[in-house]
Amino acid sequence: MVTSDVAFEATGKTPEELFVNAAKETMAVMTDVAKVEPKVSFPLELTKDSLVDLLFFFLDELIFLKDKHEMLFSRFDVKISGTKLLATVFGEKIDPKKHELKVDVKAVTKHNFSVVKEKDIYKATVVLDI
Amino acid sequence: MNSKPYSKISDTVWEIPAAYKKGMRVPARIIATEKLINAMEEEVFEQITNVAHLPGLVKYVLCMPDGHVGYGCPIGGVGATDPKQGGVISPGMIGFDINCGMRLLTTPLTLKEVQPRIERLVDSLFERIPAGVGVAGFLHPTKREFRNAISKGAAWAVEKGLGEKEDLAGIEENGTIPFANPDKISDRAIERGLMQIGTLGSGNHYLEVQLVDAIFDPERATQWGITGKDQVVVMFHCGSRGFGHQVATDYLNVFERKMEHYGISVPDRQLACAPFTSIDGQNYYQAMAAAFNLAFANRQVITHRIREVFNEVLGRGLRLSVVYDISHNIAKLEEYEGRKLVVHRKGATRAFENQPVILGGSMETGSYLLVGTKRAMEETFGSTAHGSGRTMSRSSAKKSVDGKALAHAMRKRGIYVRSASWAGLAEEAALAYKDIHEVVTALSQAGISEPVASFKPIGNVKG
Repeated sequence: MVTSDVAFEATGKTPEELFVNAAKETMAVMTDVAKVEPKVSFPLELTKDSLVDLLFFFLDELIFLKDKHEMLFSRFDVKISGTKLLATVFGEKIDPKKHELKVDVKAVTKHNFSVVKEKDIYKATVVLDI
Repeated sequence: MNSKPYSKISDTVWEIPAAYKKGMRVPARIIATEKLINAMEEEVFEQITNVAHLPGLVKYVLCMPDGHVGYGCPIGGVGATDPKQGGVISPGMIGFDINCGMRLLTTPLTLKEVQPRIERLVDSLFERIPAGVGVAGFLHPTKREFRNAISKGAAWAVEKGLGEKEDLAGIEENGTIPFANPDKISDRAIERGLMQIGTLGSGNHYLEVQLVDAIFDPERATQWGITGKDQVVVMFHCGSRGFGHQVATDYLNVFERKMEHYGISVPDRQLACAPFTSIDGQNYYQAMAAAFNLAFANRQVITHRIREVFNEVLGRGLRLSVVYDISHNIAKLEEYEGRKLVVHRKGATRAFENQPVILGGSMETGSYLLVGTKRAMEETFGSTAHGSGRTMSRSSAKKSVDGKALAHAMRKRGIYVRSASWAGLAEEAALAYKDIHEVVTALSQAGISEPVASFKPIGNVKG
């Protein structure tokens, strides 16, 4: 395993639930998500060739928004049709006094990155570079 | 214990033959003591033998004694490709954090002068040098200024009054890669990096106030400004931040799509690559150079802040000098045995003959300054290790160690720590890393770097 970084598995009964849970897990590496208020929103629209690519680029987009706007996110309204995603993500500016900050996520990697469906449950494996 | 797919060439050189796995073009060599190689994870050998598949590789690929599992290529991996033989450039053999590296500064101070104010010094460094999740730098450049920064590197910062011209001579490549091209960079990467110049980052990035602990090569140490035991120095570790990561991600995505066009297949998609001489290969090389420059600019701006803090806390007119600034995630065109090769170093450092090498240890154990050797030029493409290498996952370290208790214990041992995250601190505990002294032994016995001085920490700032 990659000892220097962070890995998690996220699950969901639907692709949307999977994506929301993966987004929350990604944010949870950086902060206590419960303390991030959903004050500001950004719309996202992505179309990729596969569900696994869609998840990769969705998480990549969250990391990009985090750095560009110096924000963290706690609420994700996601709608997926095939391999097209429409989402609104909600969060607020990073505040070290308010948010319990942990470690910064610098990239989603393709190391063992996967999305599978096992007995009606979607499961994603994600390794983050920190 | 691993399955030992290697055989012994010498006490510190081990080899996995090219016949080990179908598709390997060259053997894989591991530089390590027996103790270190016995403890290496199986996946390190799997990864380095995958790296050996890449087109145009010359002689062998290498894994340094601090080697551990990375993305596609192990951290500690070195490989050289020949562009005239279809040699490739591979972002995975460089790393996401392009030009992650180390800088070492000397001060004219000793422990006696700094000890009474160590807490104030470290507190000020923690407050004045932005570190941790989402923390922005203090410069706020425009996009146009940012493009200047990625074109000129450390020289840009010096031009803005954030350093001295003399600093540049102490930086690998004098702090500027001239063929960096901002036009090869996505807007996305620029937007990610815009507010991050002058920030330390988090994870295993840090800044340490250290003492000279031992001197092994007095003449060279003096040449490099190391004056004696208990001299205070500053060492810090950081890279190109979100910008470099985005450049690496962007081009990995491009190469993954384009490899079929070049007739290349790789055993791990994280080793996606393109011929160095192709348009895609050259685009990445120029973009990588821009990220390289950004990291140099970053470390130069941080140096400026360190100088400000030292002067505020310990007295005006203090001179802090750059010993060296070195990258450990990079690819460079270098000449070996009459051939120009693209030398990739991922978690590995350049070790040209007579060049300083900075090896960062864990925050509890200390670090080393070494010198590169002629033998490194002959046997490892002028390369050596970069640090101590992790042996334990972050989640395991966090479960084993309480961050606050660790900080308290370190304070009792004379190391004052300020960290933006207690969990982050726990993850960096010494028990999660290899023994740096064993790594240095391996390098010295292999003859590729020789110790000049060692340092122990008395203050640490972490994001």
